[in-house]
Amino acid sequence: MSISEKITKTTTPTYWEGEIPVNYIYTFGLAGEAFFRAIKDKGTFLATRCEECEVTFVPPKAYCDRCFEKLEKYVDVGTTGYVETYTVTFRNMDGSAKKLPRILAMVRIDGTDGGIIHYLQGIPFDEVAIGMPVQAILKPKAERVGGIEDIVGFGPPKR
Amino acid sequence: MGMRKVAIVGAGITKFVRRAQETGKELSWQASKMALDSCGLTLDDVEAVTLGTAPDAFDGVHMKGEYLADGAGAFRKPYMRHYVGGGTGVFSPIHGWFHVASGLADIVLVVAEEKMSSCHPHPQGAFLTIFDHTTEQPLKPTLIWIFALEMNRYMSTYGITKADIARVSVKNKGNALDHPSAQVAEKITVEDVLNSETLCWPVNRLDISPASDGAAAVVLASERVARRLTDKPVWIDGVGFSIDTAYWATRDLSYPRYVETAARMAYDMAGIKEPHKEIHVAEPYDPFDYKELHHMEGLMLCPRGEAARLTAEGYTARDGNLPICPSGGALGVGNPIAATGLMKIIEIFLQLRGEAGKRQVPGRPRCGLAQAWGDLMQMGTVVVMRI
Amino acid sequence: MKLEDYELGGTHLRSSDFEKGKVLTTAWQPNLAYAWDNGVAIGRYLAELKEGRIVARVCHSCNRIMIPPRMFCELCFKPTDEWRYVKDTGTVNTFSVAHVNWDASRRGPKEPPLIPAVIEIDGASPGMGILHMLGGVSPNGITVGMRVEAVWKKPGERTGAITDILYFKPIRAAAAKSPRAAGKAKAGRKPAATRARSKR
Repeated sequence: MSISEKITKTTTPTYWEGEIPVNYIYTFGLAGEAFFRAIKDKGTFLATRCEECEVTFVPPKAYCDRCFEKLEKYVDVGTTGYVETYTVTFRNMDGSAKKLPRILAMVRIDGTDGGIIHYLQGIPFDEVAIGMPVQAILKPKAERVGGIEDIVGFGPPKR
Repeated sequence: MGMRKVAIVGAGITKFVRRAQETGKELSWQASKMALDSCGLTLDDVEAVTLGTAPDAFDGVHMKGEYLADGAGAFRKPYMRHYVGGGTGVFSPIHGWFHVASGLADIVLVVAEEKMSSCHPHPQGAFLTIFDHTTEQPLKPTLIWIFALEMNRYMSTYGITKADIARVSVKNKGNALDHPSAQVAEKITVEDVLNSETLCWPVNRLDISPASDGAAAVVLASERVARRLTDKPVWIDGVGFSIDTAYWATRDLSYPRYVETAARMAYDMAGIKEPHKEIHVAEPYDPFDYKELHHMEGLMLCPRGEAARLTAEGYTARDGNLPICPSGGALGVGNPIAATGLMKIIEIFLQLRGEAGKRQVPGRPRCGLAQAWGDLMQMGTVVVMRI
Repeated sequence: MKLEDYELGGTHLRSSDFEKGKVLTTAWQPNLAYAWDNGVAIGRYLAELKEGRIVARVCHSCNRIMIPPRMFCELCFKPTDEWRYVKDTGTVNTFSVAHVNWDASRRGPKEPPLIPAVIEIDGASPGMGILHMLGGVSPNGITVGMRVEAVWKKPGERTGAITDILYFKPIRAAAAKSPRAAGKAKAGRKPAATRARSKR
């Protein structure tokens, strides 16, 4: 198309508003079901381990993503770990300022290769450090429904 | 044309169900693992992975290709997701074929997954924005409208009745009784279809395939590798894909020209001159019963307007002259969009190898075809296979 | 290999398994709100609808009069050339009688079915149709090929939307003089005998 054919006159720019009005209900899957049941009922974390690849998955996987073998044996790995990395968030989703900054961390669960992303609780953000030991803080059993919200966050390990 | 020969050497599939407990990743892994096991390969042998899955809005997972990657065995391998609406599942092996035919890889794992049950109130809602947002969406269209409009135009153009079309649903749901993955296999009559709830006339409930969760996978190999792996490689001899205008209301709704152009591309590549004679078994896409007829005509397997009569005469039955959807199709096995297309590829693979069990069509078929169709009723994908 | 020799994956759940908490689930309600630019062609299309007119675009290369209007011709792949008003009458290309809503919920016993249709607009090129609704007619009385005219909202109520046309209603026999009727019959329309079959 030649330059002389360029559109130079336009009508007043207008727009049309709409939405995709759907919602979702997700299952946790075979391994996810076992993981969240254990949090809800026993207050602990389960893992699966691939002996061949020497990898321990938390949250557990129903298969090893390296060798593709089926993983069926679940082991209790407890709720302690250490801060693998973290960030401090000062803004809410909509961009407004948070009243208090929150620390979001990736917690490597002890003895595993997996991690859980969650908030740190009871740790001032100028004291948080990579490698710091932490432990999951769970809601009281009666309030747990089976989901990531059953974990309030991670805080200093209980003695 | 300087392309290498490509064979399908293994296949895997899950059951198709309305609501699966497995995550999409787990479904993908189940199908992929079975496909590798079926030809004695491990994940280490796989050089590249291609994945087909329909809109992210079904699973409710944005960037679904990345999410599903580990279940598809893709970590640390060349990997790409492809998506052409309902045509995706038959495009999946075409995407894998690119990799092998070009010489990029000798063994490619092709995976297709869909988990539609996550979407509420109904997966149909996720389709709202396929309609033009300004000129069509304000009319609050449902996906079924577009099919109902096309079906009515098809019926009107050729003088076909609802009963003529219902025979497809009866045949496919009956065929599916022999498919171990089947979700809605049942023995029904034409009257059952006609008496089922009218959703959008002329479409009744039993004219439509269900929403489903499921996954499927195949392993593709180059000629050299395929001959080492199996004595029954099934060759992908022709591939075709084509898209038509998204101004769907300006198209001839009685004939799927985009399927014809896709078919011509695949037939040219496979050297097929008379498709109705040279193709022995076919799996056209049948999300609605009239679509099977529509697609048979677009694929030039019969003259325009004749597919309904041939169906009534038993020509397309499993023991007919040209068996159509011996698997049970989307209407019988279920319709987890991308996985459905690959299920059809797998059915032709098994039929040509003589391994379809109770579904086996007689007469040792040597050439078969699978086809899917999608986007805004505008995309055709075709694969011709030979043993 | 035979599928029958394998234990296939896929664990079937019932909706009651969700409701009774037999399986754990998590829910998400996304907020997916959009504002889509209308662009030049559809912007003018909507502005003209507000005035009670339907406007198309003409491509001088292929001589198509296109509706909905577009600033480029997708066949010739060049800019389209001029605006052209078309009529607010047309012919039913196909129709459906819908008893379900967009989310697959069923319309209630007191809600009349919706009648979506593809309507070929008079004055546009043959086959150029738009999606709209039929009204003022019983579902049993509709046929493919029926002549229809737009029923507009009152001028003060129009907002510049496709819904400024409420629906299309049949043109009464006396008034039904189609300028294109003869051309249509020639263009391979189905014979009258088969047209009758498209009735419900």
